[in-house]
Amino acid sequence: MDNPAATDATRTAFEDADIRPAAPTCPAGLIGGAAYAGASGPPLMIIEGLKRVFRAGERPAVDGVTLDVYEGELLALLGPSGCGKTTTLRMIGGFEQPDAGHIRMRGVDITDLPPEKRGIGFVFQDYALFPHLDVFENVRFGLHKLPRKEAAARVGEMLELVGLSDLAKRKPHELSGGQQQRVALARTLALAPPLVLLDEPFSNLDAAMRVETRQEVRALLKKSGSAGILVTHDQEEALALADRIVVMEAGKVCQIGTPDEIYRHPVSSFVASFIGRSNIVTGKAEGLGAETPFGRVELSKAVNGTVDLAVRPEQILLEPHEEGEAEVIGREYRGHDQLYWVRKGERRLLVISGPAEQIEVGARVNLRVCDCVVPINQDIQSLIAE
Amino acid sequence: MAISSLNTGRRRIPAARLIFSVLGLMVGALMVLPLWYLVLRAFEADFETVMRLLARPRTVQLMLNTAALTAGVLAFSTLIALPMAWLVSRTDLVGKRVVNVLAVMPLAVPGYVMAYALIGLAGNYGFLNQTFGFALPRPQGWWGATLALTLYTFPYLYLNLRAAFTGLDQSLEESARALGCTPRQVFTRVTLPHLMPALLAGWLVIGLYVIGDFGAVALMRYEVFSYVIYIQYSAAFDRVYASWLALILIAIALTVVWWESRLREGAHYARTGSGSGVGTRITRLGPLGQVAGWGFVSSVVIASIGLPVAVLAFWMTRGPLAASLPAVVDSFGQSLSVAVPSAMLAALMALPIAVLAVRYPSPLSTLINRLAFIGYAVPALAFALAFVFFSLQGAPILYQTHLLLVSVYALAFLALALGPIRSALYQARPSVEEAARALGHGPVSTFARVTLPTIRPGIIAGMVLVFVIAMKELPIAFLLAPTGFRPLSITMFSRTSEGMLLEAAPYAAAIIVFSALFVGFVLRHDKKAGG
Repeated sequence: MDNPAATDATRTAFEDADIRPAAPTCPAGLIGGAAYAGASGPPLMIIEGLKRVFRAGERPAVDGVTLDVYEGELLALLGPSGCGKTTTLRMIGGFEQPDAGHIRMRGVDITDLPPEKRGIGFVFQDYALFPHLDVFENVRFGLHKLPRKEAAARVGEMLELVGLSDLAKRKPHELSGGQQQRVALARTLALAPPLVLLDEPFSNLDAAMRVETRQEVRALLKKSGSAGILVTHDQEEALALADRIVVMEAGKVCQIGTPDEIYRHPVSSFVASFIGRSNIVTGKAEGLGAETPFGRVELSKAVNGTVDLAVRPEQILLEPHEEGEAEVIGREYRGHDQLYWVRKGERRLLVISGPAEQIEVGARVNLRVCDCVVPINQDIQSLIAE
Repeated sequence: MAISSLNTGRRRIPAARLIFSVLGLMVGALMVLPLWYLVLRAFEADFETVMRLLARPRTVQLMLNTAALTAGVLAFSTLIALPMAWLVSRTDLVGKRVVNVLAVMPLAVPGYVMAYALIGLAGNYGFLNQTFGFALPRPQGWWGATLALTLYTFPYLYLNLRAAFTGLDQSLEESARALGCTPRQVFTRVTLPHLMPALLAGWLVIGLYVIGDFGAVALMRYEVFSYVIYIQYSAAFDRVYASWLALILIAIALTVVWWESRLREGAHYARTGSGSGVGTRITRLGPLGQVAGWGFVSSVVIASIGLPVAVLAFWMTRGPLAASLPAVVDSFGQSLSVAVPSAMLAALMALPIAVLAVRYPSPLSTLINRLAFIGYAVPALAFALAFVFFSLQGAPILYQTHLLLVSVYALAFLALALGPIRSALYQARPSVEEAARALGHGPVSTFARVTLPTIRPGIIAGMVLVFVIAMKELPIAFLLAPTGFRPLSITMFSRTSEGMLLEAAPYAAAIIVFSALFVGFVLRHDKKAGG
């Protein structure tokens, strides 16, 4: 009890069980950068060095973002609020002008085009349905260049696709949130844009609706053949929906990869803590093994020297032992699993175990790491070189 | 350095912003330019003459009178509005809904009509002597003007205070009680400071109205600036003195505006804590309180609504009503012929300014929006005088034309049109416009097909406000009326000032009926805003 921080053990334990609120450790530039596995040709869109400064002298809101999107791919821009993901999306849509960088679609530079000349769909967070028009007229709005009959036929087709044919005469305020979103999507997809941008599309839905709707939206996008860029701060949503995820922090891209890559091989403590949770520990590495506070662990790749390691809470096993190395200081039962906070020396760690485990708060335990552990915060070059 | 050059190098300025800025600046120039002609005219005289004019005891007296009138109206309207607002929002007074309507109704009786009612009440042939057999002396001077203006303007303060009472969080007052304050201390230390912004806002509206009022003070023969400016301009033909008086009047009005904004800056009383407010506490009045409350309400209602209605009814039954009807209809048509185009022009001018304020905030758009309020802050008579000089010297073709009168109305009431259009734009989400762009519509098509339809209620509201105000406007019409232009307000005013109360009655009635529409509009708006 000589450590003042430890006197209120439970509180601090729950708040900062070494799941570090990551320092901005993301290096600049393209990281990971695996191409989309389903790619069937050159990228649909290439974005290079996109930058936006809102106020001279302040940190750029978007700082050198480089990424690509393939035909038919669903890409998620994931990051905490204020990371620049929405600004990036708005620059792609043409609603913000970048200070530097280029956006190319199918080889054509569209950086300076106004939104209406880009042919890119945009689904807004608040759906932005026209309040003075009914569902039918909303969906028809973008088809003003088609002859009337053709436009009407297309609207009918789209409403059928999203299952709202019965509600064509309703005004937006007479629809539920989920229905409004489907109208917004139908309105956008009616133009068959090669790319649809979605800004936090599920944030206005309640939790139950969200899970159901997001698979629907993914299916609709895939069916229409449009590629999509989705902005979200919800890692679960990104993991569940996207073909690839772009993790952003403080205006920069931290990592690009498939959901599996991002979760299992985070490149930085930020990515490791923001996508899922991680215990960040330091170890001495030698090839594929490292000495850590948990003893010797296996590494997912060969490195040497002092390294940061991301240990997922589910990779740690608790073994009750009367003279165990750590003490259980908190427990939260969650049904499908449970969270344990344990203290080892001055360190607090988060552990996730099965629902059957029965360890009381105050019990002593030994910790064992049961899987390969990922070295993080490595020099970019050494990672990419692999 | 590198960053700022990058900023300007790449980012395009939307065409809409450019066009609207130019339009807004043009409106601003129209607002300011005539005032410059007023200054020019004032400085036509040499320095000595100016000093002699300004040092006249009469000028000082005018200032004192204006101050006395403003103070009187503010004090009395507070004495009426504060208890009224408290009764309606914080007590269980029986029939609160009715009281609420009755408290706003007096807005239908413009100051000069109220003055007419007070004058028509008194005198040998007046309502009181003919009905009850006792004659009052003709009301005039400070008392008469104060009474007429108070009974017309107190609803502005009432509306502000009622909103403030309703918005005041009960838990603040309860914590004060818990901290050991007596109910009286709670009122002075918690409630009153929280009412301050509403009081200031109401006082500003009323103060500017009183400073600029012409009809009521003229009928009450109380010498304040507007009245004397008119006499100097129309009868004494001393344009230089009139200009100087107008400039002083403008200075007073702007000082009031400046003062109010300074005071309001210091008054930040929104709830700061998290969690929602608890709502308002209702005081139980008890039987005696109910009687006292209704006694208060009914005496105010009798004075502010009953009196003008009774006096008008009295005078209307004295003469052959049918005979005057064609003339009244004609006069009504004349008012209409100016009010309708004024309303449309005002909305047209307000639109780009509102878009600038809401969609493209910048120092320039702030400036343009400030300029738009000049017409509201500058007293009507001074504003009109500036346009007389402007048209005489700068554009003689315009002098005494309908076009000039319509333009001056539109500029004077621009702020009224601006309010609702701006709030409608604030409510229209920008994402809806962006959605139209993403669906392939250019800026012009987007504005016409999305922005305009969504803010249409605001535009209509703004036009209705300007329309109804222009229908009963007096001082500007008086100075700028084209030859032969006899709208309701001028006809009614000149007949009353000549003592022809009988002949004035149908015109006054027409104005009241029409203004009642305005009040209905305010009440509907108020209900929507209040939820």
